[in-house]
Amino acid sequence: MQDVLLDVQNLVVHFRVYGGYLKVLDGVTLQVRRQERVGLVGETGCGKTTTMKTIMGILPKPPGVVRGGRILFKGRDVLSMRPQELEHLRRSGISMIFQDPTAALNPVFTVGEQLEDAIRYALGRRDHASVREVALSALQSVALPDPPRILESYPVQLSGGMRQRVCIALALAYPKELLIADEPGTSLDVTIQDQILRLIHRLAEERKMAVILISHSLGVIREWTERVYVMYAGTIVEEAKTGELFARPLHPYTGALMRCVPKLTGTGIAEGIPGRIPDYFDPPAGCRFHPRCPHCMDICRQRKPQLFPVDENHRVACFLFGRNSRG
Amino acid sequence: MDELLVVEGLRKFFATSRGIVRAVQDVSFAIRPGETFGLVGESGSGKSTVAYTVMGMYRPSGGRILFRGQDITMPHARRPLALKKELQIVFQDPGSSLNPRRSIREILELPLRVHRLVDGRRLRERVEELLNIVELPPDYAEKYPRALGGGEKQMVAIARALATEPSLLVLDEPTSALDVSIQAKIINTLVRIQKERHLGYLFITHDLSLMRNIAHRVAIMYLGRIMELAPAQVFFERPLHPYTQMLLSSIPVISEEEERLKPAKIVSTGEIPSPVNLPPGCVFHPRCREAWEVCRREEPGMREVEVGHLVRCHLYGA
Ligand SMILES: Nc1ncnc2c1ncn2[C@@H]1O[C@H](COP(=O)(O)OP(=O)(O)OP(=O)(O)O)[C@@H](O)[C@H]1O
Ligand SMILES: Nc1ncnc2c1ncn2[C@@H]1O[C@H](COP(=O)(O)OP(=O)(O)OP(=O)(O)O)[C@@H](O)[C@H]1O
Ligand SMILES: [Mg+2]
Ligand SMILES: [Mg+2]
Repeated sequence: MQDVLLDVQNLVVHFRVYGGYLKVLDGVTLQVRRQERVGLVGETGCGKTTTMKTIMGILPKPPGVVRGGRILFKGRDVLSMRPQELEHLRRSGISMIFQDPTAALNPVFTVGEQLEDAIRYALGRRDHASVREVALSALQSVALPDPPRILESYPVQLSGGMRQRVCIALALAYPKELLIADEPGTSLDVTIQDQILRLIHRLAEERKMAVILISHSLGVIREWTERVYVMYAGTIVEEAKTGELFARPLHPYTGALMRCVPKLTGTGIAEGIPGRIPDYFDPPAGCRFHPRCPHCMDICRQRKPQLFPVDENHRVACFLFGRNSRG
Repeated sequence: MDELLVVEGLRKFFATSRGIVRAVQDVSFAIRPGETFGLVGESGSGKSTVAYTVMGMYRPSGGRILFRGQDITMPHARRPLALKKELQIVFQDPGSSLNPRRSIREILELPLRVHRLVDGRRLRERVEELLNIVELPPDYAEKYPRALGGGEKQMVAIARALATEPSLLVLDEPTSALDVSIQAKIINTLVRIQKERHLGYLFITHDLSLMRNIAHRVAIMYLGRIMELAPAQVFFERPLHPYTQMLLSSIPVISEEEERLKPAKIVSTGEIPSPVNLPPGCVFHPRCREAWEVCRREEPGMREVEVGHLVRCHLYGA
């Protein structure tokens, strides 16, 4: 495809731990087109952040080990890039808003020092006045009130919502083609989270950026993305246009997850999904969801289902829908 | 009177180096047996402070707390043992509320011993019963907290709270740290236990969709005040306070059907002010699109606009 910006194929990532390996990512495949807003949704520990860190070239190694797969950004292979090329990728290609805004900001420097440092580094500017101009306008663009005062502040002096916006300003201080937003604002209140997501949406449109929005909240994903990947235990189990996924979830996990979400209709809450998420030390063979699946068949215990197109806008990794798919 | 718990004009201030934190101001509500009373509100609105004050973990700066008509506005240590047994709490963080060096059996036996509820021979049996109530297998008694998943730890915390056969359970965001698939199981268990035992729940959460499914009545807090209180259906279908409307309109939902139940979108602006430096007048006025002159000057009182539906807003003034 001509307009594919990011192409991840069969990514396998393990973590070396005492006594063996945690086999976390088990062949993750996803694509992002230019200017597209893609969602990645899944429960705690399913591997969302690990996937993104690997794409950014910031997976800690050790303990992380990339065992297989390919990541192409604008056709260039990220996994074989040298450190300088990766540096360049992060400076001008992809940026990430990290899940924990406190970890992304250094408590001993003011916001201004950190922001100006990043700008100087990216743009190679030496003249202080113009760096400060860029920093001020970066803060303005994320709708922070009184930017000069914010520049002088230390992170602790700001509220959670303001810190989150500083992180966005930092991630977007200079032009990028892809923004990865890892649970932006989920630790914040819904009204503030709403402001942050609206802001990301607006900046992405203005700058013609593609966005990968990561969340464990199906509601957030439904509201702010065009296409969704559903992740379960290190595998992509379903992919569809957002409206299509919510209207017609196919994978048994996606359906079960949607039933667990409390609804405003007040019709009660489903019983939950039986069993536990798998132990990555010794994950189930075949489909990783099979021990919890009410439709489990023999083949599900033996072979891993691949993403299978049920129609143009909808793919699912489940033998219920494509018995002949190979694993 | 059939009220289990009555809270009247509750106030709690904290003196800090930054100044006085007005965490809770003029909070009044009541809970009946078998009822789930929901407290919602954004971070820092004072929900936990209300809970801890009810539990006697904080001494109120003003107001009264009555349990079955008896004044219990004293610190926890001075409350009679028989009363402590009646009120139990489950906290948000399932990890840190369980002692990591004690087995699940020891954790569940402790309240039974403290309150001398069963004699030594029956302890074992009772622990099994408690595990059974929260649907954990009996062999979990020999495990340690670290061997349990987050949801299972929270189930143990609930079993521990039930050990003394309380009549009121305070649940402070019991599922906020957990995935929805695990939350579903815990909520269903809590609903079943309530029906079986006719327990009163003070249920705190910031998840309004969850609240819709469990609460009989709901109160919404903002900066230490209750802004609106109503039966759950009325609260969600006919919210009156502009803050309630804004919050409801911002909830991310997963279907068109739910989308239609939300008030028309009110774009949220501004920051939640600090409780050390509260705005004059109505505390919500800096973010309120309906605010006019009187809102900046005068704090509105709580008014009952229809039976059981109270709102603190000048729009509904006399
Ligand atoms: N550095 C590491 N060492 C060992 N295990 C790790 C490491 N980083 C991640 N993992 C494991 O990999 C799995 C996936 O973690 P990851 O952080 O990618 O999940 P996630 O989907 O982002 O979850 P969350 O929703 O909680 O953020 C988890 O079981 C985690 O414990
Ligand atoms: N022990 C304390 N000392 C000083 N200030 C406190 C103390 N406990 C709470 N506060 C402050 O009182 C206000 C209300 O806090 P509280 O924890 O009750 O809010 P909450 O509604 O439970 O919030 P959350 O949703 O984040 O749990 C906050 O501003 C908080 O910082
Ligand atoms: Mg993560
Ligand atoms: Mg709290």
